[in-house]
Amino acid sequence: MSTAEQATTNKVPVDIRGLRIALSGSDNDIVDEITVEIAAGEVLALVGESGSGKTTVGMALLGYCRPGGRVTGGAVVVDGTPLSELRDADLRGIRGTVVSYIPQDPGTALNPALRIRTQLFETLENHKGLDAKARDARIREALEEVALPNDDEFLKRYPHQLSGGQQQRVAIAMAFAGRPKVIVCDEPTTGLDVTTQARVLETIRDLCRTHQVAALYVSHDLAVVADLADHVAVMYAGRVVEAGTRDQLFTSARHPYTARLLRAVPDIQGKRAVIGIRGRAPLPGHRPEGCFFADRCHLAVEQCHTTFPGAEEVGPQHQVRCFRWRETAGSLPAGEAGAPDVAMSGEQVLTVSSLNARYGTRAILFDINVGIGRGECLALVGESGSGKTTLARSISGLHRDWTGEVKLDDAVLETSARRRSSDARRRIQYVFQNPYASLNPRRTIGQTLARQLQMFFPGSRKEMSARVSACLERVALSDAAINRFPDQLSGGERQRVAIARALAAEPELLVCDEITSALDVSVQAAIVDLLRELRTEMGLSILFITHNLALIRTIADRVAVMTEGRIVELGPTQRLFEAPEAPYTRQLLENTPSIEAALARVDADA
Amino acid sequence: MTKFIARRVILGVLTLFLVSVIVFAATQALPGNAATAILGKTATPERVAALSRQLHLNESVVSQFGHWLGGIVTGNLGSSAATQQPVSQLLSGRIANSAFLVLISAIIAIPLSIGLGCWMAIKRDKIPDYVGSMVSLVLAALPEFVIGIVLVLVFAISVFHLLPAVSLIAPGQHAWQHLNDVILPALTLILAVTPYISRIMRGSMVEVLESDYVTMARLKGLPERTVMLRHALPNAIVPAIQVSALQLAWMAGGVVIVEYVFTFPGVGAALVDAVGNRDVPTVQALTLIIAAVYVVLNLGADLITILVTPRLRTAGR
Amino acid sequence: MSAGAIDPGLAAGPVPDVPPPTAASQRLRQRQWLATLAAAMRLTRTRVGLGLMTIMVLIALLGPLFAPHSPTAFIGIPNSGPSSHVLFGTDYLGRDVFSRFLHGGLSVLYLAVASTAVGIILGLVIGLSAAYAGGVVDEVLMRISDVFLAFPQIVFALLLVSAFGPKLWLLVLTVGISHAPRVARVLRGAAQQVVERDFIKAAEAVGESRWRILFSELLPNVTSPLLVETGLRLTYSIGLVAGLSFLGFGLQPPNADWGLMINENRVSLTVQPWGVVLPVLAIALLTIGTNLFTDGIARAAIGLDRSES
Repeated sequence: MSTAEQATTNKVPVDIRGLRIALSGSDNDIVDEITVEIAAGEVLALVGESGSGKTTVGMALLGYCRPGGRVTGGAVVVDGTPLSELRDADLRGIRGTVVSYIPQDPGTALNPALRIRTQLFETLENHKGLDAKARDARIREALEEVALPNDDEFLKRYPHQLSGGQQQRVAIAMAFAGRPKVIVCDEPTTGLDVTTQARVLETIRDLCRTHQVAALYVSHDLAVVADLADHVAVMYAGRVVEAGTRDQLFTSARHPYTARLLRAVPDIQGKRAVIGIRGRAPLPGHRPEGCFFADRCHLAVEQCHTTFPGAEEVGPQHQVRCFRWRETAGSLPAGEAGAPDVAMSGEQVLTVSSLNARYGTRAILFDINVGIGRGECLALVGESGSGKTTLARSISGLHRDWTGEVKLDDAVLETSARRRSSDARRRIQYVFQNPYASLNPRRTIGQTLARQLQMFFPGSRKEMSARVSACLERVALSDAAINRFPDQLSGGERQRVAIARALAAEPELLVCDEITSALDVSVQAAIVDLLRELRTEMGLSILFITHNLALIRTIADRVAVMTEGRIVELGPTQRLFEAPEAPYTRQLLENTPSIEAALARVDADA
Repeated sequence: MTKFIARRVILGVLTLFLVSVIVFAATQALPGNAATAILGKTATPERVAALSRQLHLNESVVSQFGHWLGGIVTGNLGSSAATQQPVSQLLSGRIANSAFLVLISAIIAIPLSIGLGCWMAIKRDKIPDYVGSMVSLVLAALPEFVIGIVLVLVFAISVFHLLPAVSLIAPGQHAWQHLNDVILPALTLILAVTPYISRIMRGSMVEVLESDYVTMARLKGLPERTVMLRHALPNAIVPAIQVSALQLAWMAGGVVIVEYVFTFPGVGAALVDAVGNRDVPTVQALTLIIAAVYVVLNLGADLITILVTPRLRTAGR
Repeated sequence: MSAGAIDPGLAAGPVPDVPPPTAASQRLRQRQWLATLAAAMRLTRTRVGLGLMTIMVLIALLGPLFAPHSPTAFIGIPNSGPSSHVLFGTDYLGRDVFSRFLHGGLSVLYLAVASTAVGIILGLVIGLSAAYAGGVVDEVLMRISDVFLAFPQIVFALLLVSAFGPKLWLLVLTVGISHAPRVARVLRGAAQQVVERDFIKAAEAVGESRWRILFSELLPNVTSPLLVETGLRLTYSIGLVAGLSFLGFGLQPPNADWGLMINENRVSLTVQPWGVVLPVLAIALLTIGTNLFTDGIARAAIGLDRSES
């Protein structure tokens, strides 16, 4: 029997066997040997970092290949029908009726030129059995299910007239309106604030359960997955390296990559340290002979570099592709949880008093009062639009339109960086959110760092190269980076360069503006590791801006919680997490997904 | 939305005012007495004095400008320095002829290029796209008088003898009474603007076809026809509207050379004659009219863009 | 110390994964326009365009050396056809068409290049300043541009010619000035995308001067669009300059100039077409050449952009 025939006889809604998708025009695979099943009413999470191929697999379930890829092997069987045997028209016929899709970013996936009504209606176009009246009733019902208004006024709106959360709910309603048997969710909560995310996830979970839908949930966020999934498959460089039930994966991971990925996720309860993974996953066409993870693996032995490991059954429904799976448990050190112990003198490096800022005619910040001690790490946390970046930029003089007072030691600072003294500019250094945009693409790393050094500590050309090397060494990069351009480095490496540039100025205060939010979780952990080391070694003061509460626990001494341009709570990290005072802080803590909390919750249910 | 439109209209009026300042400044650049310059060195002192009075040359520059602009606004375009006839009388028939030529070219060129652009985008990187892009590259490179002369060589002189090489429209007759004479000039304009509009259309269609919402429409299982007509086209057409208006305005200038090539009795040929005669009042009037066409067309394109873009249409509501 | 100690990746080892680039490719990368040019030369259309351009430029530059007759000498009866000693016949006054053709390219070429230079330099300064300054400066510069944009280029030139008479420096200046707002818009758009990126903010944060930010941070990141715009403007300049000569407002008789030749000989098109066909062909091949070349560069620039982001 062929794989397709085997799968057809297996009556689960989703059955993917040995799927291989290659780059068109070459034989390099994007993903290969993908085998997963999903039962009705069950959520399978496909977890991986960027470039792992998880979205490619998700799209294949809809019989869709993004331009540049094509299916070259295996079978995708949806509700008993092998997709590869369908003609285009039949494939269209099953989309929206048998299998449907929830996009990652509804802001771009909803058509800006069409009313919500039109876009909802057309999802039922393939339901020949429904007349206009029945369709109307169905979409109104679908809107009700996702807790959106379903009156005519709402249906007449355009996507831009909805909030991000509402847009995502419309997209969910579209997916469920056709009563499909299978749903593919492509990181549907990525752009949402934690509070909205929590509600959207709940909606998806309830709908899957009510309508007995088999869901493939593609995500990079392990905490969300722990909350939502029944089964989990972990992807790395185009392969499923480990698959099992949620509990197996989260409590007894056998693949070193899974184990390390879990350790890279910051823990909101602050009970374990985060450990990052250096390096990056090999791209299609550059994959090695042996295990793709071997180069980054702490357990790798000779065999790992020469032979690609097959899938091994290590427990009921639990498969792993690793020769060393028996050694994984306990191979990672506990590490120190919480912020590093740094001696603080108690004197203030920076004092902000009654700062108000505006953007054009709009007021952004209201009466901000906060100080940072020498050697201290203060975290500034808030959702998007809370004004946290504006505050950071006002402090650094990158945003000019503010009033109030910012003092560096005892000196009052000018509003804009241009009017500040060179020394004041040197002492506060800014690291930007997106390392892909903060380095000039036309300069090599060496030139960027040399320019920064020349700016503040002029010196001869000869000694410059040694000083550039020293800068790179401080952020654990080798000299090989000197002649590279930014796009020849990975995201994590670029962010290290950005940090090295800031440190080259020998600053007293480092302003880190969401510096890990553009990075994968394993890279994020490595960057946080680096900052922790720099704190202990250099006694640096840090203003750490983030929307990720869990991250704060691993690095900050004190936390300021911001919302709508105001600081609503300010206190020591531990106290704030254990006994939050402001209602907003409490709400934020409740809605932040956490692996530990999710596991505990289900244990309590059982 | 009304605020937005009001802003555009005010900016348009301001632009037109500044345009008139530039046009007027050109008269001031004439060396010596403008009246002498216009009438030539042989003119009698009486005539020079009369024209000086008529042009208010004895008054300050600002007051001269005021008189001139006041005249324009009330429909008095002044008198031709060459024939002494009122400029408006000289131009009325010619404006109609040029407008006819431009409109008939636009009516053919705009839908044609939008269709071509879509087709090239759908057949992206295939033979139609490649051929289309090559042809449009060559056509876009050619100055319009070169296109015109090649058309004359091919259709009127050497290969075929189908169409007249020059227009033979007598004064007082209208272009629409001599359609044969309109074909080649119109074809020249069409060939000149089609590459631009179709290229923009292709580019914006390619971008839209790669967008998430088009992928989403396909993942909903919609037939390709619906995906194109309902989801892609309404979004892709917006940049084409803007560039169509620009090209229409360009035609108002492009007719200058095309009309000269075909001796077509329109504003373009009149402008060339006036420049040759250094008939400044006529040149001023014509440049101002052509610039006004540009400003009005641009304004129109902005309004249409607002109307077909829900995000703009519903803003501030 | 943290758990980094056991991590093989965390040591200051080699930068992983990306194959080491060669020294030559790295040098190329630094000059965006050189890299773009190199990539463009791999496309057939760029090569064809460059070939056409080279041939026509050589004819324009070296043609006078090979002309069999003086371009202004009367050598036969007017409008006589090609024969063994007058290769392409005589023009409407009885001068040698081929000699006038060989002499007539130089003026088109240098006027076009000069007016392109004026337009590009003006447009570059206006566009970059508007993009970087933003706010009121941007608004004012763009509104002024709008005023000049309201004149079709040829009409703007005619307006000034009517005031000053047909002078060559005026031609260069008017065509250049009429290019400037168009160039400025394109470069402003390109620069705005760069200005938004944080490395500009980073330069501000350490106190780099405005001048240095414009020309050392911004300019190197917009050289591809600058190159494309230069090619495009050169193509249009050739058309405009030749067109104005064709209308009789460029080079004046008895000079030899391609545009002027077309104008002079078009009345006798039916009897002796060569006086028109040769210059028309020359202008066509030259503009097609520059446009193909420019399009090759534009395509290469898009390709590089994608691979570098």
